[in-house]
Amino acid sequence: MKTFVYIDHFKGEVQPASWEALGVAKSFGSASAIIFGTGLDALVKTALEYGADEVLVADNSALVDYRVEAFASTLSALASSRTPDLILFPTTARTRELAAMSAMDLNTGVLVDLTGLSLNGDKLIATRPIYEGKLNETVVCSGKPIIATLRARAFPRPAQDKSKSGTATKVEAKTDSLTTVEGYEVAEAVVSVSDAGVVVSGGRGVSNNPSLTPPAGMDEKQAEVWRAQQGFKLIGELATVLGGAVGASRAAVDGGYIPYAHQVGQTGKVVAPDLYIACGISGAIQHIVGIRAAKLVIAINKDAEAPIFKVARYGVVGDLFTFVPALTEAFKKKLGK
Amino acid sequence: MKIIACIKQVPDSEAKVKAENGQVSWGESPLVINPFDEYAVEGALQLKEANSGTVTALCIGPESAKEALKHALAMGADEAILVSDSTLTNLDTQGAARVLAAAINKIGGADIVTFGRQTLDDGSGLTAAQTARVLGWPMLGLVGHMEVKDGSVKVARIIEEGRQIVSAKLPVVMSIVQSIGEPRYPSFMGIRKASKANIPVWSLSDLGISALAPFVTRGELITPPSHEVVCEIIKGDSPEQIAETLADKILAEKVL
Repeated sequence: MKTFVYIDHFKGEVQPASWEALGVAKSFGSASAIIFGTGLDALVKTALEYGADEVLVADNSALVDYRVEAFASTLSALASSRTPDLILFPTTARTRELAAMSAMDLNTGVLVDLTGLSLNGDKLIATRPIYEGKLNETVVCSGKPIIATLRARAFPRPAQDKSKSGTATKVEAKTDSLTTVEGYEVAEAVVSVSDAGVVVSGGRGVSNNPSLTPPAGMDEKQAEVWRAQQGFKLIGELATVLGGAVGASRAAVDGGYIPYAHQVGQTGKVVAPDLYIACGISGAIQHIVGIRAAKLVIAINKDAEAPIFKVARYGVVGDLFTFVPALTEAFKKKLGK
Repeated sequence: MKIIACIKQVPDSEAKVKAENGQVSWGESPLVINPFDEYAVEGALQLKEANSGTVTALCIGPESAKEALKHALAMGADEAILVSDSTLTNLDTQGAARVLAAAINKIGGADIVTFGRQTLDDGSGLTAAQTARVLGWPMLGLVGHMEVKDGSVKVARIIEEGRQIVSAKLPVVMSIVQSIGEPRYPSFMGIRKASKANIPVWSLSDLGISALAPFVTRGELITPPSHEVVCEIIKGDSPEQIAETLADKILAEKVL
């Protein structure tokens, strides 16, 4: 089977699930990595290190900023001329649109956000969660090429062979964009809760530390946000010791405690870490559906009746402001940090 | 300014969804407007308030989907249209996009068509971009803020890495996310108006298109293993002692 793997990146920072898709493609046959943008030699080398048989680069300044129309036209034209059997993407906000539009151009279907994909003879067996993970379905695409996006961390990351190198094949870029990118307001740090092996999350409870005195002159709301931010510092320290990312519940994001990029759950991101630690999160259904795929869930909450304990393997009923720093210290000692 | 908000009706988030005889079942749980699509309606209403104009809610579904359209009307949409046809049972997103595009054309086009980010049931999040592609209009995905001026719209797209500021000439398709603000509750007057509303139902022949064979079809439904686990509450004399015990338990699970 001949597969295209779209390498999704933002200014050269790759969504690591792209490499997971490359591993899947290699297990089916030949894999061509597809990269859009300019000045991406380092990325080309990394794609080869992760096992790409060739790297096709549409090197054009019109493709530096993601604009879906031009990206879809470039990809569709490339697929029309090189006729892959399968086009794989990591599931991201960008690739959902890109896969969607390319499928219209190529007159085929998209199998979205797969958690399973295997080859049986010449048939692809694809599985995906539906109804917020309450059910799974197998799906079949009758069009050609088959387009599929793969959920982050649902497939193993292939081994990286640093000795590999090579050159990219340049391919034609289409520049038919209908939008103008005026600029970015980039978050302080890129948060990738979807790709993290460990996620430590905070909820509304993070703002409830009574022992803190906010600086003078703050109104009630400002004081609440300030308190929450002190709480998230504790969560950040634990995440750092564990090499993980900081997540948040919708309540914490809606409260203005932390940016939306951190939000885990139905209206945020679905995560699949090996370890998920929920601090001061009650466990609304909308949050629970986002953490179904976590391997080990730990809940820390002062309310012993909080629903989060129903999905947690281990729980601690108590004050997160004293407990989280204690846990951070315990891990520092045990992990030799 | 003419705004069309595309919505879908789905089982409520609290519904106990399960597989029954190869079909999805949600028991007695109510069907509701897809929660993400409430942002599409909210965004459309904000656009109307800022620029004057009309909001039309558009939905594909069975007769019962009129209830979702009534929710949009109660929130403040001016009119609602249901596309319903017995041949639409196996629609995939590409088919839905072609039906919606035909309906948008029959309405007489629009300046802005809004969608939610994805649906709660299938969760694909493809239809907005596919509808934009059929119409040949710009796609502005994940919009959290927007301003219309001189026939163009400037938006902030809420992306993983922060915000991307993008502009495009109207007409456009956009998907709207929660940064736009919480969807307003239907007003008492709105609910009364909606209950009396006459919602036209268009068939595929009204739209001048024929039934579309799906590219994507379901094989089988699988019930995932139960997520409920027995929680072991870690106890101890001090936070430090509990932390020691919990850290050991986590390390023993070999997840780090």
